[in-house]
Amino acid sequence: MTVTLFIPCFMDALYPRAGISMVEILERLGHKVVCPEEIACCGQPPFNSGYWEEARTIAAPVLEKLKNAEAVVIGSGSCGAMVKKFYPELFKDTPHAELAKQVTARTWEFSDFLVSKLGVTDLGAKFPHKVTFHDGCHGLRELGIHQQPRALLTNVCGLELVEMTEVSCCGFGGTFAAKFPMISTAMGEVKCAAAAETGAEYIVSSDSSCLMHIQGLLSRQGKPAKTISLAEVLNTR
Amino acid sequence: MSSASQFKSRAAEKAGDLRHRSVIRTALRSYEVVRDKRKAAFQSWESARQAAAETKWEAINHLDEHLVALTSKLEARGTKVHWASNGAQAREIIAQILRDKKARSIIKSKAMTSEEIHLNHALEKEGFSVVESDLGEFIVQLRHEPPYHIVFPSMHLTRGEIKDLFQKELGDAPSDSPEELTMVARRVMRQKYITADVGFTGGNFAIAETGMISITENEGNARLTAALPKTMITLMGIEKVLPRFSDLALFLPMLATAGAGQPMTCYNTMYSGPRQPGECDGPEEWHVVLLDNRRTELLADAEQRDALHCIRCGACLNVCPIFRNVGGHTYGTTYSGPVGAVITPHLRGLQEWKHLSNASSLCGACTEACPVKIDLHHHLLQNRRNASAGQPAFFEKLAYKIFGIVANEPAFWSLAKKIGWLTQPLQSLVKGTALDPAKAWTKTRDLPPQPRESFKDWWSKRMKAE
Amino acid sequence: MKKAKTILSERENILGRIREALKVSAPLPGSHGDPSVHAPAEPPASHAREWLPSVGASAEEQFALFAKNAADLKADFQLLASRDELKAALLKISTAGKWSRVASHGGELTDFACKSLGLPVTLTDCGYDVQEMETCDAGITECDALIAQTGGVAVTNRSAGGRALSVLPPHHVVIARREQLVADLPATFELLQKKYAPDYPSMISFITGPSRTGDIERILVLGAHGPKKLTVLCF
Repeated sequence: MTVTLFIPCFMDALYPRAGISMVEILERLGHKVVCPEEIACCGQPPFNSGYWEEARTIAAPVLEKLKNAEAVVIGSGSCGAMVKKFYPELFKDTPHAELAKQVTARTWEFSDFLVSKLGVTDLGAKFPHKVTFHDGCHGLRELGIHQQPRALLTNVCGLELVEMTEVSCCGFGGTFAAKFPMISTAMGEVKCAAAAETGAEYIVSSDSSCLMHIQGLLSRQGKPAKTISLAEVLNTR
Repeated sequence: MSSASQFKSRAAEKAGDLRHRSVIRTALRSYEVVRDKRKAAFQSWESARQAAAETKWEAINHLDEHLVALTSKLEARGTKVHWASNGAQAREIIAQILRDKKARSIIKSKAMTSEEIHLNHALEKEGFSVVESDLGEFIVQLRHEPPYHIVFPSMHLTRGEIKDLFQKELGDAPSDSPEELTMVARRVMRQKYITADVGFTGGNFAIAETGMISITENEGNARLTAALPKTMITLMGIEKVLPRFSDLALFLPMLATAGAGQPMTCYNTMYSGPRQPGECDGPEEWHVVLLDNRRTELLADAEQRDALHCIRCGACLNVCPIFRNVGGHTYGTTYSGPVGAVITPHLRGLQEWKHLSNASSLCGACTEACPVKIDLHHHLLQNRRNASAGQPAFFEKLAYKIFGIVANEPAFWSLAKKIGWLTQPLQSLVKGTALDPAKAWTKTRDLPPQPRESFKDWWSKRMKAE
Repeated sequence: MKKAKTILSERENILGRIREALKVSAPLPGSHGDPSVHAPAEPPASHAREWLPSVGASAEEQFALFAKNAADLKADFQLLASRDELKAALLKISTAGKWSRVASHGGELTDFACKSLGLPVTLTDCGYDVQEMETCDAGITECDALIAQTGGVAVTNRSAGGRALSVLPPHHVVIARREQLVADLPATFELLQKKYAPDYPSMISFITGPSRTGDIERILVLGAHGPKKLTVLCF
């Protein structure tokens, strides 16, 4: 099928490799991938801050651009939740209400698309390292994504997955990280400590925004663990 | 200093307090173990949650009918029911009862509504002596501070700190063993129960069908407060109503499980009146004060009305990463944690308290934990939306407008990325200083390096190559 | 013409605000605003039995469950075969606790218990001196039900000698009959409703274990203000 891949703003600017991995994985599975160049952001920053009018200004063109997409795949759990879960709320009682419902019915987060829609769990990947998986909160609680990334990681050759004993928010939370930096940092420290306890070399996530925050803390503290997106792990052969 | 700046500075200080972080994590870890065990013991915790949510929906969405039924049944058996629109009225009603009874000493069992209306302070100013009988409340009363947590008032203190406190204030602290310290409090309270003129309680649930008020506790202090003094006063929010007596069969174990990881709290007691003819003890008079205090405003917000379903179990506080890192006192208001962040803007003013709704990463752990399925984290979003609509922050709104223009126009977006990449070396010069625009981030974290080629650059190159 | 001043009582103010607010309906939980989802016809909690912890079907299983739960709560539960065993059990506790005075109320089982002990008794039925009760080593009461699901005891001020008797003395002893064992919480509420409605005792209490607190470092301490010891003697 033709997959319309939406790589959101910070992935585009800061984590292109994650997006590139997604393209290569989907093409290897035999699908045609299109990436609309005209849309850059799902609108979550103003939405989370309560500026819904401004969020609609950003999100309406996104909806229009995805109108005729056969399948929309979004490269992050938090942006995936924004589109799939919150667009119907954002556009309720507006002219875009019906379109929002239709588009979101054809929208998936990347790992959910592979496992739930395509029924694929083995991508022939090889990543011989000890890893732990961080569930981004939006993906976990808004989209119910928990089993999908793990189903994919199980089939990665040589990969050893160790779970953290504590499941908690990493503390990024979008603008929260800048508005309440010390709380955000404390939460991140708790997350980093939980990850360190597993002895994992890599912290993997579907959410590059979470990884940006976790990596930022690890680097500043000189800790050895590295972060990597799920897509890049799945694309390593 | 505004509530918002007070919150921010307290939060920043507490979030960096590693000792506090450790004390709270230890306390909550023991709760988590038993909570998970108790939830697993249910044949279906999720079905129970749904039924509890529907029961509370029924209660709140027919609140007037239930309050009328409750009141008429209570009054039929001799209870005096008072209605208070706000804290000032409630305080005056209570003070007047104390004056009428010429009461001097009041023994209190735990009631968050009494914190909400700052009752103790008002009564003490008028010369009444008020003693908190719940151990945790007794401890924070001695420290002249508000309760730290709605269920565990002294969660933030170690046994050593409590020993020093008892030594200083009571002159009696044989050791720092929790058992011995508890016995000190027990000894102090004994005669206070027996000789108090008035017993004061809160209420966890009010049963409309049978005209009862149900009080949940572990220590037995509320039972003694309701047994010995001649006059009993109960203060309760109007939202505590449940339709039926049998609803308690579901709510009591759920409150205990979610709130404390217990199968049942030690004492769950339903009172239907003062001492009745033929009964051998109990208060001669029972006054029930029903408190509104802007709950009806929250009721009028149909989108967030389910926040009134709250049974004050504290489960959302326990799972909230913000609460766990900043602690209960940082919130600076009676109800803390996620539920406090949702309802305080309604009960105390949206613009003045919206910062509590802002201080969240919206992780949703609270909504997942709530035994009555309140949509807590989405209500935080709705508060943010309402606050911005009412009083938009000029520069923030402008920034998002500009961001919208840049994001929707490929040429601008491309330019913005180029500027970001070119100014990267400059960023490392100002990193962490006052000139650093990303100071909020770079104070504690490194910024990710921005690659020269963005995803869109790679994609266009690819398209051109085909 | 002077207009009559209408003073709305606070009750009417509050009820008025409630009625005004409720003119707009809130969606049912889990309906996501779908107006076709209706409130259930029967009380939502009526199937609570199916969701609360399971209790087993037979009396044996339920007694075993009660015993296990009581032990977890650090309550002392003894299942006795006869009145003779009951007397022996009471004397054993009394000796171990060096009892010199007990408090109790009139009743078939408590009369027998007090007679068995042969100690001075403060009876509550016609009123009592609280300071005298405070000197008692134990409070001996009957109950309305033993609840297998929780290991707890349901009492009222009518079945258990008032409000203070089951909570003031440092040791609460409950004398119960085997037939008083009830499977679960829903059944207990049904029993109480059937037994007492509409003229309820002014106090109904579900006692689940000896008094306790976790307010100091979340460490469990028994005997916070209520009884430090709870004994259930069932025969």
